[in-house]
Amino acid sequence: MFELLGIPPQALFGQLLLGLINGSFYAILSLGLAVIFGLLNIINFAHGALYMMGAFVAWMLLNYLGLNYWWALVLAPVIVGGIGIVIERTMLFRLYKLDHLYGLLLTFGLALIFQGLLRNGYGISGLPYSIPPQLSGGQNLGFMFLPNYRAWVVVASLVVCFGTWYMIEKTRLGAYLRAATENPTLVGAFGLNVPLMITLTYGFGVALAAFAGVLAAPIYSLNPNMGADLIIVVFAVVVIGGMGSIMGSIVTGFGLGLVEGLTKVFYPEAASVVIFVIMAIVLLLKPAGLFGRAV
Amino acid sequence: MADATQVTTVRQSALGLMPASHRIGFVVLFGLLLAAPFLGFYPVFVMKIMCFALFACAFNLLLGYGGLLSFGHAAFFGGAAYVSAHAAKAWGFTPELAVLLGTATGAALGLVIGFFAIRRSGIYMTMITLAFAQMVFFFSLQAPFTGGEDGIQAVPRRFLFGVFDISSDFRFYFFVLAIFAIGMLLIHRIIHSPFGQVMKAIRENEPRSVSLGYQVPRYKLALFTMSAALAGTAGATKALVFQLASLTDVHWSMSGEVVLMALLGGVGTIFGPVVGAAVIVAMQNYFASFGAWVTVLQGVIFVLGVLLFREGIIGVIGKWLKKPL
Repeated sequence: MFELLGIPPQALFGQLLLGLINGSFYAILSLGLAVIFGLLNIINFAHGALYMMGAFVAWMLLNYLGLNYWWALVLAPVIVGGIGIVIERTMLFRLYKLDHLYGLLLTFGLALIFQGLLRNGYGISGLPYSIPPQLSGGQNLGFMFLPNYRAWVVVASLVVCFGTWYMIEKTRLGAYLRAATENPTLVGAFGLNVPLMITLTYGFGVALAAFAGVLAAPIYSLNPNMGADLIIVVFAVVVIGGMGSIMGSIVTGFGLGLVEGLTKVFYPEAASVVIFVIMAIVLLLKPAGLFGRAV
Repeated sequence: MADATQVTTVRQSALGLMPASHRIGFVVLFGLLLAAPFLGFYPVFVMKIMCFALFACAFNLLLGYGGLLSFGHAAFFGGAAYVSAHAAKAWGFTPELAVLLGTATGAALGLVIGFFAIRRSGIYMTMITLAFAQMVFFFSLQAPFTGGEDGIQAVPRRFLFGVFDISSDFRFYFFVLAIFAIGMLLIHRIIHSPFGQVMKAIRENEPRSVSLGYQVPRYKLALFTMSAALAGTAGATKALVFQLASLTDVHWSMSGEVVLMALLGGVGTIFGPVVGAAVIVAMQNYFASFGAWVTVLQGVIFVLGVLLFREGIIGVIGKWLKKPL
């Protein structure tokens, strides 16, 4: 076998794949945060908790109702998105005229509630969720072994990310959405139902998080705290990329996942902080973020 | 968070004496705390409240008077706890020196993190502080001197100034009370100094402050550093009280707790964070057997606080009395 810089290729490509998978989750979550922030001006601190809820709803569907992974992939985002819509209609809409910080605090409180409830119900030791039989096994690519499920996660994430990008940047509905982001009053004056758009946008952003949660369920064990640590990294990703552009969120998410994977190969001690270090460097050189508009 | 704080129309005399309501408040607060160990309150419990009250007041200095929401104050609190615990245990530091070193640690961390954080404003700044605090957490998890999951245990309470034996809980209580009183009065002084007035102006209208010629970033960084230093004082004291510095102190949930204390008591009030800290610490103490329900309850308080109760306990009382508290 050939070696690259003293690193066996299996290890290198294995970590790169893992980086790509983490990157898919960063991309989907930061995308949702950006879409929500654009229209609601709220940073959704509960995003990590709702990602975790997605995974738990998938587990519940399987264990209580016997519905398999493919049902969960559709139903969990719908259910969690519905919870999001209820949250928006009952609580968040009261905060739109206030300082942005209140939205952050409220959603942080919601995250604590979700985590606490599930910790009471299911403990923190982690629940298993098995890979669907259609995607078990893997391919030997010669230089590495590619598990089918991991390949599926990357492909599914790319499809969802670019689907969202296409919808927002290229369709009429997306044009309304972008217009409402720029000037909600004017868009309302043209007869569009802006409050409904806001509600659905929050539901959609939350559903994206739940979708990522279902994808993650067979890879990581289910744990009520699984979203909390992830969301902090995603916040750093959002600071690096800036929330001004959808494509920016996608590129930054996948890119940083890869960088993290590479760090795990070459300097494992720094892997957990490399994204934060990059954030510091970006703040020094380009404070508005790589794709951001000055705030 | 302009609407959470009443506009303080405090007429101060030329001597800079504090308004009567603050003077009465401080007398009542310190009087109660002086009497508490004689009234049968468990000293460690009240010391815990004082540590967290000082922590919450330090946090509130930044949010209530500078309008800057930090979600990374656990880094200063926990970082200082580790350094002072290590200094007391391995280097033989006396309590007062350990607390001073902890304060310096908080200030140094605050200077570095603040330098990056204030490059962005609003929500972005909050996310940056959270990210850097997570870095400090990972450092604490991996660094050789922090003891990983175990933390630094059995931190000794050495003789005060190397002379006085204050190792019993009862005697140590008055050491903690002295630190708490100095910290509170210092915070009050900062808020009512010309510097504090400029910070309030920046909070209310940043572009206007810039146009008046104030170096806004320097003011923000100075306030951030002061707040971090005082959070460090609180963390260092806490490490000596419990004779323990652990990962809990640097975890993000600690940053969340201090936000909750300030919010519950009243952001932008002098005494609000003290009351908030007392309520939250008491709640954790008495509901400890309910496990994760405490987390749920904290979440519920957060949600209700933001939706219905943005002025906080002391903020509401101050409104009734029409006095700044």
